[in-house]
Amino acid sequence: MTETNIGAPIKRVEDKRFLTGRGRYTDDLNQPNQLYACILRSPHAHANLKKVDVSQAKAAPGVIDIFTGSDMAADEVGSLPCGWQIHSKDGSPMHEPGHPPMAVTKVRHVGDQVAIVIAETKSQARDALDIIEVDYEVLPAAINMDEALSGKALVHDDVPNNMCFDWEIGDKEATENSFSDAHKVVSIELVNNRLIPNAMEPRAAVAQYDPSNGNYTLHTTTQNPHVIRLLMGAFVLQIPEHKLRIISHDVGGGFGSKIFHYAEEAILTWASAKVSQPIKWTAERSESFVTDAHGRDHETKAELALDKDGKFLGLRVSTKANIGAYLSTFGSSVPTYLYGTLLAGVYKTPAIYCEVKTVFTNTVPVDAYRGAGRPECTYLLERLVNKAAKETGIDPVEIRRINMIQPDQFPYQTPVALQYDVGDYPRAFETALKASDYEGFSSRRKSSEDNGKKRGIGISTYIEACGIAPSAVAGALGARAGLYESAQVRVHPTGSVTLYTGTHNHGQGHETTFAQIVSDTLGVSIDQVEVSHGDTGEVQFGMGTYGSRSLAVGGPAVLKACNKIIEKSKKIAAHILEASVDDIDFKDGVYSISGTDRELAFGEVSLAAYVPHNYPIEELEPGLDENAFYDPLNFSFPAGCHICEVEIDPETGEVEITDFTAVDDIGRVINPMIVEGQVQGGLAQGIGQALMEGCVYDNEGQLLTGSYMDYTMPRADNLPNLNVSTESVLGASNPLEVKGVGEVGSIGAPPAVINAILDALSSLGVEDISMPASPSKVWQAIHNAQ
Amino acid sequence: MPTVSMTVNGESVSSEVEPRTLLVQYLRENLGLTGTHVGCDTSQCGACVVHVNGKSAKSCTMLAVQAEGSEVSTIEGLADGDTLHPMQEAFRENHGLQCGFCTPGMVMSAIDLVQTNSDPSEHDVREWLEGNLCRCTGYHNIVKSILAGAKAMQG
Ligand code: FES
Ligand code: FES
Repeated sequence: MTETNIGAPIKRVEDKRFLTGRGRYTDDLNQPNQLYACILRSPHAHANLKKVDVSQAKAAPGVIDIFTGSDMAADEVGSLPCGWQIHSKDGSPMHEPGHPPMAVTKVRHVGDQVAIVIAETKSQARDALDIIEVDYEVLPAAINMDEALSGKALVHDDVPNNMCFDWEIGDKEATENSFSDAHKVVSIELVNNRLIPNAMEPRAAVAQYDPSNGNYTLHTTTQNPHVIRLLMGAFVLQIPEHKLRIISHDVGGGFGSKIFHYAEEAILTWASAKVSQPIKWTAERSESFVTDAHGRDHETKAELALDKDGKFLGLRVSTKANIGAYLSTFGSSVPTYLYGTLLAGVYKTPAIYCEVKTVFTNTVPVDAYRGAGRPECTYLLERLVNKAAKETGIDPVEIRRINMIQPDQFPYQTPVALQYDVGDYPRAFETALKASDYEGFSSRRKSSEDNGKKRGIGISTYIEACGIAPSAVAGALGARAGLYESAQVRVHPTGSVTLYTGTHNHGQGHETTFAQIVSDTLGVSIDQVEVSHGDTGEVQFGMGTYGSRSLAVGGPAVLKACNKIIEKSKKIAAHILEASVDDIDFKDGVYSISGTDRELAFGEVSLAAYVPHNYPIEELEPGLDENAFYDPLNFSFPAGCHICEVEIDPETGEVEITDFTAVDDIGRVINPMIVEGQVQGGLAQGIGQALMEGCVYDNEGQLLTGSYMDYTMPRADNLPNLNVSTESVLGASNPLEVKGVGEVGSIGAPPAVINAILDALSSLGVEDISMPASPSKVWQAIHNAQ
Repeated sequence: MPTVSMTVNGESVSSEVEPRTLLVQYLRENLGLTGTHVGCDTSQCGACVVHVNGKSAKSCTMLAVQAEGSEVSTIEGLADGDTLHPMQEAFRENHGLQCGFCTPGMVMSAIDLVQTNSDPSEHDVREWLEGNLCRCTGYHNIVKSILAGAKAMQG
């Protein structure tokens, strides 16, 4: 292995521009003659829009124009589409009520778009918002899910009882039977708390229309520019792809929240043609809180059937999932195929049945947030397994050992559709037990007790499905798009390389990791490789970055394109060296004839491709530029074990995480430094969910946690150092044998933390605690138990 | 409109601004120094931290006119040509950034810490970062970077 090859922890190529303040985030960009937009948003959760009077505001200083939902409707602007169709148990398709970019007759959540003001300066636009007169007829709101399901207040008049769909997976009858055979049934009720993703960069957009050729350009904070081009172009604004360019250079974090096609993108693009000038909009953080899609928000009842030895026989799950006021781009896939299909976890449970009722409410749409469905699934499973351990008297380690899928059982077909290709769950599990010094816990507990503190240790195992996804499988399950990835490797005449990838880098380090793959495969040094992403005008196509798919789906595309380069170059080298192609070896950037000292450097062959004087021109075109699309054969299945140790002050309810150990199998590691960073970041969000973060609406649908003063996210002094390592099992169903790492932390951490807290407090009689386990909640639980 | 004059990264600047212009707006919009970021509207995230007369300050919480006559430095002014400031270099070495959005504020804040406390402990660093949010890194590598940067700044 050389310093820059696959497996090397090389420093990130992209860091320098960020460290010197030269990133190109959307709000950093300005266009000549640019105007500024501010958006008037509904202060009510649910109201009829009786009248929107913009006449006075239009006359305000600097205001160029103001548009409302009626203006967009008059132009026949379409509805924001949902990318995944789910069918209910009875076969009927999900309800897909319209989602106009700006409200036309009704507002459905606090923050819903009512009007856009376009002015010469941002302050003028903001000032004019205050003088728009809106006559709202406030309606009763459906906020919590039970209330919504009663149908008293209808978010969409044509959706009875606010139920978007009632979905199921698994064999109901087999599962019922497993319960009748059970020696013991353990049940649990859980809430998976609603979260607000809060990437540090607020969303922003700059839209521009060129009347001379009818072309639109939209700079936007997205994780998937081509997906936005497709959704907005084809479904909302009817702009064909060749007339619409989406650019998303540097993006300040996404975590899922920047996957979706948001209303502001369509509003700005449409309005830029109306005023024939570029328009910029940047969300204020308080707008982000009420417009970025939220995450999680499940209520679940689950039961586990066990035999007399503690073996799992069956699992029955019933979940209500909040989908918010509208179906967001992938909102319907999260509580279904990213959730119910993972319920086997790493265990051999033979029968599983899960039903999910998805509910419209007058809240911000809910969609994918780091982990998306898999944290909800893992939390429920690992809490339930711990409860089963407690109720059967089997040690939490032992009950997991007994039930874990064994390495010789792969490929493993689960009862909930997925087939795990490869894994070794006991390996990560036993490694984590050692790394956390699980055996030494009782003495640590004793010293905590001596100091008047309560100490606990909590385990979580997890499996997740990444590498989203084999297009045909996803399509059969309702996806309305293909989910392959593309790459283009352009070798320049002097042998340097530009890689165009359809994935998107918003912190994951693709400019480094992908350059390592190219460098390793083509044998060129890493400073000769440039990675380009995020511009539909440059990159041929792509499905973007989410679901930990970039390396597992985008990586093999890069490899494939590189291999096409090698294949063609070998033919060129054979011609120049006057040898047969079969005799040409390619290694470390050198073409040679096996067994001789005759060779050509990578750069020499590249040059020959562009200066084809001595060239097999009858057989080959000049140039060295190859395209590849890769459609995965299966999902990839990262798995692992997280162990959390906490110390609790029973006087204050304060929980301190003293140690956190994560052992993850993410397949082959390209850059271990970046991998550790991804796991650490995910763990912080998982620990945040467990201890601090929780989105709260009041009964009228006002968001009570609408700023960083009320929505608490982990800060440096809330977290410990994180003990992170990998146990790679190779053999995943893609040529790089990679699995994906972006989400493992946020999936494994929450149950490990809560299991640790419950372990610490079990001697005080505390049996349950909900997330976020804030000090007041912990204190209350202790006092209620006594 | 009032005129405001200050020194930014060693250069004198002077402009007419609306009185309500925030320092961060002035830096980003008037001077084109977009390395200083805005992550919130409640003075909680620290993406906007710059130095005003050598001390870290949240430029979203200060009017441009309040910086009249001050020496302001921003992330753009730290490196010496192609050579990164030791704190910038430490962040690069230790993977102290992912999306990079919080990074300018983190680096500016960290330098002020080291100027105040030349040999901070891990605990000191974590406490000092109370005003800076990062959503990507889990802080582990930011803390590591700042400890290494503090050493390098002494050496
Ligand atoms: S922008 Fe958030 S503290 Fe200044
Ligand atoms: S690196 Fe993304 S917010 Fe800190």
